[in-house]
Amino acid sequence: MTIEELEQIAESVRLENDKYDFEVNVCMDLACASQGAGQLKEALVRATEASGKNVLIRRTGCMGPCSNGPMVRVDPEEIFYSHVNASNAEAIANSLGGEPVSALQCDLNEHFDKQVRVVLENAGHIDPEKIDDYIARDGYKALLTALTEMTPNGVIHRITESGLRGRGGGGYPTGLKWGTVAKAGGDLKYVVCNGDEGDPGAFMDRSVMEGDPHRVIEGMAIAAYAVGASKGFIYVRAEYPVAVSRLTTALREARRRGLLGNSICNTPFSFDVEIRLGAGAFVCGEETALLASIEGRRGTPKPRPPYPAVSGLWGKPTLINNVETYANIAPIVRNGGRWFADMGSERSKGTKVFALTGKISNTGLVEVPMGIKLREIIEVIGGGVPDGHTFKAVQTGGPSGGCIPAEMLDLGVSYDALMAVGSIMGSGGMIVMDDTSCMVNVARFFVEFCMTESCGKCIPCRAGTAQMYTLLTRICEGKGTMEDLDLLVSLCETIKETSLCGLGMTSPNPVLSTLKYFKNEYIEHIVHKRCPAGVCNMEAPVEVLA
Amino acid sequence: MRKNGFARHALIETLHTVQSAFGCLDDDSIRFVARSLRVPLSQAYGVVTFYHYFSLKPPGKHTMTICAGTACYIKGSDKLLAAAQQKLHILPGQTTEDGQISLMTARCVGACSRAPVMLCDGEVAGETTGEHMLEQLERWAVE
Repeated sequence: MTIEELEQIAESVRLENDKYDFEVNVCMDLACASQGAGQLKEALVRATEASGKNVLIRRTGCMGPCSNGPMVRVDPEEIFYSHVNASNAEAIANSLGGEPVSALQCDLNEHFDKQVRVVLENAGHIDPEKIDDYIARDGYKALLTALTEMTPNGVIHRITESGLRGRGGGGYPTGLKWGTVAKAGGDLKYVVCNGDEGDPGAFMDRSVMEGDPHRVIEGMAIAAYAVGASKGFIYVRAEYPVAVSRLTTALREARRRGLLGNSICNTPFSFDVEIRLGAGAFVCGEETALLASIEGRRGTPKPRPPYPAVSGLWGKPTLINNVETYANIAPIVRNGGRWFADMGSERSKGTKVFALTGKISNTGLVEVPMGIKLREIIEVIGGGVPDGHTFKAVQTGGPSGGCIPAEMLDLGVSYDALMAVGSIMGSGGMIVMDDTSCMVNVARFFVEFCMTESCGKCIPCRAGTAQMYTLLTRICEGKGTMEDLDLLVSLCETIKETSLCGLGMTSPNPVLSTLKYFKNEYIEHIVHKRCPAGVCNMEAPVEVLA
Repeated sequence: MRKNGFARHALIETLHTVQSAFGCLDDDSIRFVARSLRVPLSQAYGVVTFYHYFSLKPPGKHTMTICAGTACYIKGSDKLLAAAQQKLHILPGQTTEDGQISLMTARCVGACSRAPVMLCDGEVAGETTGEHMLEQLERWAVE
């Protein structure tokens, strides 16, 4: 495979697509598929055949606004239809070339206007199981350019210049990490993609892996070239069977096209990727635990240093990045580091994908430039809190993050700003809560999650989370005292400072941030034995069913 | 096992394959896998018990999984779970005495935009209501 061949494929796909007068794209992501997008697509095929029009019907990955599902987009006019079912197929087929079906049409201009799509640039435009669709949208061009025109150091320089930081949550500068692995000695190195999206309430990585799998593979291949690795692993959660099958198909297609394997593009560079399945352990998102899991062991973290960049898989230097980080690589190599660095804020460059869920009108995936105000995400893109309720808090970063109250909505989203208010960027879950959510109860929910997910290796996390849970349960049941609050704070500090890995260190965040911004709710629970949101049951605990 | 070249590090992959073929991992199968891959039985057992996804008990004929992710929780999945427990008289992770229905919780299936989510035998159903779920359970109970 050479660049010329790549361009030929792209050209032939374009010619093929030009034969059609219309393109009807049907979103087949999990949310839409669970509402009958499959039947809808079949019905559309039948209806358009009957109408005799020249139409291409395409299955695509997630288009973003999942609450409007199942979604259909008609090109070239870019008309969006929401809540479409199989019975509407005929109406849509008949409308092609004429007036759009107004009853189904939805106006998403406000939703899309504020967004900038880099990672999701192909979402809703390609069939995830067709490599040629990806190639037609400049896919694998970055890989071949890097292989033929750039040195590994040149690639690392470009990534460093872009200012890209790890999208898994930690925000470690990606270029720096690549440089460390590249400098590490030894001829055997590994590249690992962390697709263990354990953060409940986040599904960006699933959408990328399912909707645009080649983008992840291309990013990994470029990374492997830059750091000098020849073998890659993608670690995917077992809860994402579709992602696994899409990635398997994508890997097979890439090998067939000679974009993976030996001597890619007639260069000495060889690279291949294997998929590894997770088995339901949140802690495996932590890099050392993830490596243990790939090696087929219990996913328990190890103390760092040595960092995986020096001693990772089987003791070899290993580069670990998140799905979204790899998804950013190809556009950066293609468009240059400057282009990427021009987006975003001072110290957080580029864009970030968020999974907007909870009590909000437009749930779904959004991609916004860093530095955008939370208020814009929630009120403009998200359409605000529905059913006349009032906004109370937004939770970012999953069980390791914190709750941000309404007063702070004018905060610009960046790694440092979120850290400063006691939350974290995390992998990108954004859960909106309204006045019907009790913050003490929410904190208890996260602590319970961390308690059950603690691997049990170090004591602060194993015992500390259980004690936090007991204290919070007491408060929720109206049996707490003011001393409990002080105890809770000191316990949180201890866990934060002494835990081994990220899971333990960040597990007190939900408690500390709710205590900071919603202390009056805790006090209401303790002093007045009353839950302001009416969630906690203050009477005797409900008998557990045997 | 052959697909992964009997590699020791493919233990988790192998266990996945066994579980999807037999529904659960019983003593015999864990012993067999451990011996075939030349890993200590203690490591194989340790891995099986560490990861939530592996089950030592056979599942019921049908499985009702309720997502316990944050978005689902905020939208009331705890009430769904409580209702299911009351209806079936079992705790999450257990199977009814007649072996018809297993009740499970999932950590997050990634369909958060349609919370609360339940999985009926692996099929995702979003924006679930209590009545919806109880109807499904009743249908299964008589099957």
